[in-house]
Amino acid sequence: MSRIQKQFDWLQSKNEKALVGFITAGDPDLESTRELFSVIEEGGADIIELGVPFSDPLADGPVIQAASQRSLKSGTTLKKIIQLVREIRQASQLPIVLMTSFNPVFVYGQQAFVKDAVEAGVDGVIVPDLPPEESEEFDAYALAQGLDVIYLLAPTSTPDRIKMIGSKSRGFIYYVSLTGVTGTRSSLAQGMEEKVKRIKQATALPVLIGFGISGPEQAKAASGFSDGVIVGSAIVRMIEENPDSAERNEKLKVFVRHLKQALQDCK
Amino acid sequence: MSSPTLPDRTGHFGEFGGKFVIETLMPALEELEKLYNEARIDPEFQKQLKFYLEHYVGRPSPLYFAENLTRKLGGAKIYLKREDLNHTGAHKINNTIGSALLTLRMGKKRVIAETGAGQHGVATATAAALFDLECEVFMGEEDIRRQALNVFRMKLLGAKVIPVSSGTRTLKDATSEAIRNWITTVEDTHYIIGSVVGPHPFPMIVRDFQRIIGDETKEQIMQTEGRLPDVLVACVGGGSNSMGLFFPFAEDKQVKMIGVEAAGYGIETGKHGASLGHGAVGILHGMKSYLLFDGDGQITEAHSISAGLDYPGVGAEHSHFKDSKRAEYTSITDKEALEGFKLLSRTEGIIPALESAHAIAHVAKVAPNMKKDEVIVICLSGRGDKDVNQVADFLEEER
Repeated sequence: MSRIQKQFDWLQSKNEKALVGFITAGDPDLESTRELFSVIEEGGADIIELGVPFSDPLADGPVIQAASQRSLKSGTTLKKIIQLVREIRQASQLPIVLMTSFNPVFVYGQQAFVKDAVEAGVDGVIVPDLPPEESEEFDAYALAQGLDVIYLLAPTSTPDRIKMIGSKSRGFIYYVSLTGVTGTRSSLAQGMEEKVKRIKQATALPVLIGFGISGPEQAKAASGFSDGVIVGSAIVRMIEENPDSAERNEKLKVFVRHLKQALQDCK
Repeated sequence: MSSPTLPDRTGHFGEFGGKFVIETLMPALEELEKLYNEARIDPEFQKQLKFYLEHYVGRPSPLYFAENLTRKLGGAKIYLKREDLNHTGAHKINNTIGSALLTLRMGKKRVIAETGAGQHGVATATAAALFDLECEVFMGEEDIRRQALNVFRMKLLGAKVIPVSSGTRTLKDATSEAIRNWITTVEDTHYIIGSVVGPHPFPMIVRDFQRIIGDETKEQIMQTEGRLPDVLVACVGGGSNSMGLFFPFAEDKQVKMIGVEAAGYGIETGKHGASLGHGAVGILHGMKSYLLFDGDGQITEAHSISAGLDYPGVGAEHSHFKDSKRAEYTSITDKEALEGFKLLSRTEGIIPALESAHAIAHVAKVAPNMKKDEVIVICLSGRGDKDVNQVADFLEEER
């Protein structure tokens, strides 16, 4: 059983919803990422999602775009991120998911990437610009190596696509909560609950909500009808705004703890 | 080999093209494809398109025998396909009129576009004014500086110009920002993409709206020369004017096609826009194609004196033409392009766009070595009024 699936089983046994914490790997540098990983784990996140920086991240709003730029400036590469995961794995068994644009993976070599990532201890990947229509080759490598390819669904997804992606995704479904790019929003998008319910009818996989979740209140609301939330921009902004690392770590740990508390004692 | 049946059912041209976009956009692309396939065989739609192309754009554009340039170069006969004479001064309007009509058919009220040189932005703003659509144009800050005249034209036409300050602040980033905006507004907005790039079905749609360049050329050259040309030459940024000229000749194997990319400061400096000539296969802006990127897959900065060629990627069908050897691709430096700019201005009294000047400069190299009865057709994709300030600055610096 994969680390991701085990984690969901365990959460279910405790009546908890999943918290996925996202940071851009290498923001501001990879040494900080190692530190932030522990902070987010200690804060209580159930899965950590590491963003692979890309020069032209089309699905990202300004906050994560800027994080990508800082990371690239510090010399981060996909290879170095995989190496970091290998090192983190010595000390942590938390599920790790990479989120990346397709080009860095394609240039790395799809088969080599899957092999290296799995060996290092990566459990899943999210490639927003690689829909099932284009992922046949990548998916085959991933399936063979036991790497979960997590697909996205969106408010615009049609019933046919919900069915197709529901059967294709592994690990969980990433529900993009709004028609837009990543970034915090002041309120949850309308119609979300109904859409998530429809998705849950089409798949047995956990459905997690990402894009626009900015704090514990929204997390709690979203967890009422889903299996958990993904929080990215809110965490990344906190990293950006707190250059002093001790202060940053403390604030982040408290923030993650509050997010997680909002997801406990769920029905 | 190229075939009129491409792209295939999944939107690929051989290994290239496809739909590499976030799920949010996939349904809109499916819907657009369906709607377009209906429109392309709807006589009413075609009639409407034809009407506006004739009476508003001013088509057909002339195929002009450039006698002075031919004499000066002393070799092949050179014809210019005068897309610069279209309303708004470039070939871009062929696509924006068609795409605006598609927008109306979809019942959408707002269009967005990216622009480099500003020609596509102006052409989109023009079509939007004509058909009463709300219009926002994304443009890199660097290009806003280089192309002030076109920025003013867009504003006059009622469009909102949105400066893009991310990345290299040129066409690549304007395209990224337009796609991000489309992800957010897809439910009521159509993205009028300016070239044969992006996810399927855009490369097909833009090609189909631009192929009128080649269709007319074929008819016109048969009338004047009684045969097909030997060589077609056009500049390639994203590649819409060149694809428009080339595509109708794709099955005419005796016709050689040459696409001219930007060599910028020189290929050896690494500062150029020659994705086909010196790039590698990757994924950007929703398509698999030849691109410029570093060893880690990070897209690198393109460079060209002409904003329209300053792009680190190229249309997927061109990548297919390259690999299947149906077309050849070469490149011209900024300096050579300026010589082409001056050459056409002085010999023919036609000031070409800096983009088109790349095609002129290439012909200036090859025409003298060709026989006098051989025929070259150059796509003069746009007029150069927009570039005169920049050229003046450049010539000033050189002195």
